[in-house]
Amino acid sequence: MRLIKLSRNLALGLTLGLLGTASAFAADSATARHHPKDLEFSFEGPFGTYDRGALQRGYQVYKEVCAACHSLNFIAFRNLADKGGPEFTEAQARALAAAVRVPAEPNEQGETVDEKGVPLTRPAVLSDKIPPPYPNENAARANNGGALPPDLSLMTKARESGARYVYSLLVGYDEKAPASFHVPEGKHYNPYFEGWAIGMPKPINANGVTYSDGTKATVEQQAHDVVTFLAWTAEPKMEDRKRMGFGVLIFLITLAGLLFAAYRKVWKGAH
Amino acid sequence: MSGPSTYNPKSGIEKWIDSRLPLPRLMHDTISTFPTPRNLNIWYIFGGILTFCLAVQIVTGIVLAMHYVASTNLAFNSVEAIMRDVNYGWLIRYVHANGASMFFLAVYIHMFRGLYYGSYKAPRELIWIIGVLIYLLMTATAFFGYVLPWGQMSFWGATVITNMFSAVPVVGQAIATWLWGDFAVGEATLNRFFSLHYLLPFIIAGVVGLHIWALHVPGNNNPLGIDVKSPQDTLPFHPYYTVKDAFYLVCFVTLFAGFVFYAPNFLGHPDNYQPANPLVTPPEIVPEWYLLPFYAMLRAVPDKLLGVIVMVGAIITLVFIPWLDTSRVRSCRFRPLMKQFFWAFAIVCVILGYCGAQSVEATAFGIPLVWVARIATLYYFAYFWLIMPIAGLIETPKKLPASIAQSVLGDSAAKPAE
Repeated sequence: MRLIKLSRNLALGLTLGLLGTASAFAADSATARHHPKDLEFSFEGPFGTYDRGALQRGYQVYKEVCAACHSLNFIAFRNLADKGGPEFTEAQARALAAAVRVPAEPNEQGETVDEKGVPLTRPAVLSDKIPPPYPNENAARANNGGALPPDLSLMTKARESGARYVYSLLVGYDEKAPASFHVPEGKHYNPYFEGWAIGMPKPINANGVTYSDGTKATVEQQAHDVVTFLAWTAEPKMEDRKRMGFGVLIFLITLAGLLFAAYRKVWKGAH
Repeated sequence: MSGPSTYNPKSGIEKWIDSRLPLPRLMHDTISTFPTPRNLNIWYIFGGILTFCLAVQIVTGIVLAMHYVASTNLAFNSVEAIMRDVNYGWLIRYVHANGASMFFLAVYIHMFRGLYYGSYKAPRELIWIIGVLIYLLMTATAFFGYVLPWGQMSFWGATVITNMFSAVPVVGQAIATWLWGDFAVGEATLNRFFSLHYLLPFIIAGVVGLHIWALHVPGNNNPLGIDVKSPQDTLPFHPYYTVKDAFYLVCFVTLFAGFVFYAPNFLGHPDNYQPANPLVTPPEIVPEWYLLPFYAMLRAVPDKLLGVIVMVGAIITLVFIPWLDTSRVRSCRFRPLMKQFFWAFAIVCVILGYCGAQSVEATAFGIPLVWVARIATLYYFAYFWLIMPIAGLIETPKKLPASIAQSVLGDSAAKPAE
């Protein structure tokens, strides 16, 4: 019996000890990224939807600021008119597309370049994907001091903390680097980036864009808008998903209620 | 199936079919009238749920395969095309991705249930062993499936796992090359993984058939772990267990739907939304949550080959437990000592999962987690190879009830009718 008691205590002690040790987190390294800023976005929560105005302004910020270096490969101009997205009218989306030039198909002579050897281009149409700023990875690196600006289509799903992380990164350039931290040549201090030294220079400046709806273009506002836009590019069917989910859950809970009543009735007296 | 058939074909057509292919008889005897212990509790609902999960994975998987392209240049984009341009593609993919997690959640509860109530003990050894085989096939299928989107974790996960084979002495590297079909994870690897990912679920379905067949010979174990002795101990499967399973299945699907519609990426890793890049290693390579305990064991052992042996041994060990358990009593309900070791074991598995999710250098209270994982791994093996045989010999089980019926109906039957 003593053996049993001993082994029982041993088992309990071991369990508690292991639980305790496992519940504490690992110590962070010195230049681990700061915790992202805490702010609310319109698209959070079970009923959250994308703020239409923010999406439309966000596209403007992407186009006038981000698009200089970052591609958005999974988005076509037609998507700008999609339900649950920025919801530009089809005419607006057509106009937005036409404002961008994309590589043209071979012309009737089979040429893809003009007499001077310059590649032929044409205005984009709705079915075109948003064209990338660089023809290939090497060109992108050559123009950015060796760093590769990532595609932004999935950015808010491809990083821990998603939208909050991207927002914090965009507004996090004005913080002072600690004296002990040496920012390498060609890099920029940003405590929200892992390692604190980021290749991207401060992308967003106050009044860097002029919003047509009169919204004041502060750094925070632009960051908020473009992050909302990027949350949509990463998860374009979110509104559909949440709406359908609500119906599905109501259905399932009702069905569960009915089945529970049937279960009770069938089992009456059996247990 | 065991016992005489109670099927009684009524119409002419039923008789005609029954004398040629007794399929309706099989369905009738296994689903409709099958005598099932009347005391099965909530932990016995997962067999039905797992069958449902397998069906969901196969159906959604077949549709996904219609749109997926198994090529290193196109796989990631084809998955995004499913998410964006295929009608309800986002729904099908999220159901499939979260379905894998739900499948494992259910299978783990199902396995722990079997462990707690001694469902692996005679005469149900083969049901248990076939179950371990199903679990092995599931992990392989899940691993192949995780590679297909060709994100960063897909690629690096595949690299880490296939590299484990290179730990085999002498022929290891040759085996790895043979598995890859190349000198690294690449086009050939992705193609064969897709092929196997499509094949294995149908093999699982077949083995599940064996699992259920083997179950229908001795019938269900039950929370008391005592044998069915008289017809009073059982209820026909239909309607009693069909309605009970249906209710709990809908509850389970509600949880499932909660993930699919409101947190579809909660169980995934953000890095897998970055296209695979063989030149950039992610800071931490972690498998999906359901493989984390085994990953922790792999990393707990400093030697690569030994680590692989420990990890594989952790699953192979399960095959032997019908003979490692020396107790005369099945259910832990009557095993005061084993019960506590069981719960410690369950907690140890969770701790292993936690350790597997943390970085290699992580510490807790100044104790390196790798040491926590080592102690936990030790307990994992000790539970089966030491505690199980010894506890069965030294412990005095509580008194078993006379019968299932007496245990369930005893008190109310003893009272005079009002």
